[in-house]
Amino acid sequence: MSNPKTLYDKIWNDHVVTNNDDGTSVIYIDRHLVHEVTSPQAFEGLKIAGRSVRQPQFTLATADHNIPTTDRDKGIADPESKLQVETLEKNCADHGITYLSMNDNRQGIVHIIGPEQGFTQPGMTIVCGDSHTSTHGAFGALAWGIGTSEVEHVLATQTLIQTKAKNMRIDIQGDLPIGVTAKDIVLKIIQTIGTAGGTGYVIEYTGNVIKALSMEGRMTVCNMSIEAGARAGLISPDEKTAEYIKGRPLAPSDDYYEKAVQYWMSLASDKDAQYDKTISINAKDIIPQVTWGTSPEDVVSIDGSVPNPHDENDTEKKKSMIRALEYMGLEPNTQMKDIKVDKVFIGSCTNGRIEDLRAVSKIANGKKVAGHVNAIIVPGSGLVKEQAEKEGLDKIFIESGFEWRDPGCSMCLAMNADKLQPQERCASTSNRNFEGRQGRGGRTHLMSPAMAAAAAINGKLSDCRDF
Amino acid sequence: MEKFKKIKSNAIPLPMVNIDTDMIIPKQFLKTIKRTGLGKSLFYELRYDENDKKISNFVLNQDQYKDSQILITGKNFGCGSSREHAPWSIADYGIKCIVASSYADIFYNNCFKNGILPIILPEDQVQQLLQAAEESLNFEVDLENQKISYILNNEAKSLKFDIDPAKKACLIEGIDDIGLTLNKVSHISDFENKQKSMNPWLYSRKLT
Ligand code: SF4
Repeated sequence: MSNPKTLYDKIWNDHVVTNNDDGTSVIYIDRHLVHEVTSPQAFEGLKIAGRSVRQPQFTLATADHNIPTTDRDKGIADPESKLQVETLEKNCADHGITYLSMNDNRQGIVHIIGPEQGFTQPGMTIVCGDSHTSTHGAFGALAWGIGTSEVEHVLATQTLIQTKAKNMRIDIQGDLPIGVTAKDIVLKIIQTIGTAGGTGYVIEYTGNVIKALSMEGRMTVCNMSIEAGARAGLISPDEKTAEYIKGRPLAPSDDYYEKAVQYWMSLASDKDAQYDKTISINAKDIIPQVTWGTSPEDVVSIDGSVPNPHDENDTEKKKSMIRALEYMGLEPNTQMKDIKVDKVFIGSCTNGRIEDLRAVSKIANGKKVAGHVNAIIVPGSGLVKEQAEKEGLDKIFIESGFEWRDPGCSMCLAMNADKLQPQERCASTSNRNFEGRQGRGGRTHLMSPAMAAAAAINGKLSDCRDF
Repeated sequence: MEKFKKIKSNAIPLPMVNIDTDMIIPKQFLKTIKRTGLGKSLFYELRYDENDKKISNFVLNQDQYKDSQILITGKNFGCGSSREHAPWSIADYGIKCIVASSYADIFYNNCFKNGILPIILPEDQVQQLLQAAEESLNFEVDLENQKISYILNNEAKSLKFDIDPAKKACLIEGIDDIGLTLNKVSHISDFENKQKSMNPWLYSRKLT
């Protein structure tokens, strides 16, 4: 038998177009997602060089970052956002690329609509000018974020020049306590390895806990691989993966379906495959997690307290902790559960899928959002929105006092009108708590949908297990 | 792309760790559809106050660093969002070389695509350079010989750095990646034909 290979090795090997003398490889890109913010300069570059798009049918475009989540029929008020969206629309029309417009019910956050349409499949290489492309790794696809120069490179050549990364395995075994979700798992991982822990690696998540997650949960974990510094996250495809894809618009047609599934199942890492690094986490140690600072590694358990910089020996770390606490307006040793919030944001490519909304509705059902809290729910796509409404979740949300919005990135990065005011504090299901991420001076606490819902009801950070 | 030449300038000391791309160029500047013009907004929220007035003690606003082409900074520089607006704004500002002990992956690679040299040095050497940057106005970055030199207290000092030879060559010659790849277009077609026969489902559907 040949050398045992990992899932990453196998996908890599199946996409090498040619190896360059310098150790890099030209890697074929099966699918390319495009959005309005990181693509205009790429199309501009093509035009200047007189180049065309090599495989328009392998590219799917939508507008998600910059669009309003209310009053869509009135169009986009901000002239710059409007120009970006119109530029994308025109570029797609010029090059024969499918574009899902703001008013198409299939529109949504790129990383949500890819899987939804069956565009995302195991064994593929998938890229997008967006760091959370790692989401698609949940299907056993090698998926990573690229810059605009690379967007241009993919459009022109359907390939990228890549250096093979190292391969890390994060193994999560044991019994996950009740009330603990995929988001808590990934926050725990980032706390454990740090935001640079995965730099230079592709991470494969393994273990019974990962296997037991739904596809939605797996997407949440892979989504935040980038917050752990990794280029991509991967989960081995299995029956759940195949089942999820079956029947979707771009799923392999009946003629090829069996063959495709056979290929997908062959991708799992071989038993004796070697990883450059392995990290094990015991699931029983994970309880609902929240962030206290301005880096996704600033994680504590909900029953914990804000850390004290005095306890930190590393002077550099101490300095950044003091800065983070000042920015966050928090005193050391404050109980996390005593921290009041002003806003709640439920949505994003991390937690804007139907399962996430169901988790919120379970907590919110029959209760009211605290009087001082403004809480918005932004479904990840038009189809998520439709499904939620079919299940009557929208009614639960509205009755509880949540705002029910149209799909998009919204307050995950606050490029549209949805943003925090300076010093406003937000319980958010998104993925980044950087300074200013949700609006200048805004203070973000990352957590799971159930935890964000609990914070909305109690008006302060709360343990969803008490509901 | 412009060819990378020897740089002679003073160096900006920015001793913060984990500077993310939101700090390099905040999102309100991402709405542009052009690559140029972002330099004036580089490090916007560190550089200007709420009323768009320059914050005078921020290093980029200090006179002696006005035309610097070298930035010396803390580890894990460029983490966070993959926006290429970050290297664009750095390049547009006029910075051609960054020195840190580590970078976020995507940012690191994006630098080379935009003619910026990101040098990696051990943390103690970065600290040494940070200190020198506070006092010395004479730095030189020589990519050809992989050397940073500076003069401190009338004494000439220099440090060697490592860099991937292919990346070095592209910077020095100012080569465009796409052109390089398109030279191999027959390999790409061969790959597609092979893949189509092995995994035909990949070629069978399109969303309309
Ligand atoms: S939801 Fe947030 S993280 Fe996801 S693609 Fe949109 S802006 Fe990026």
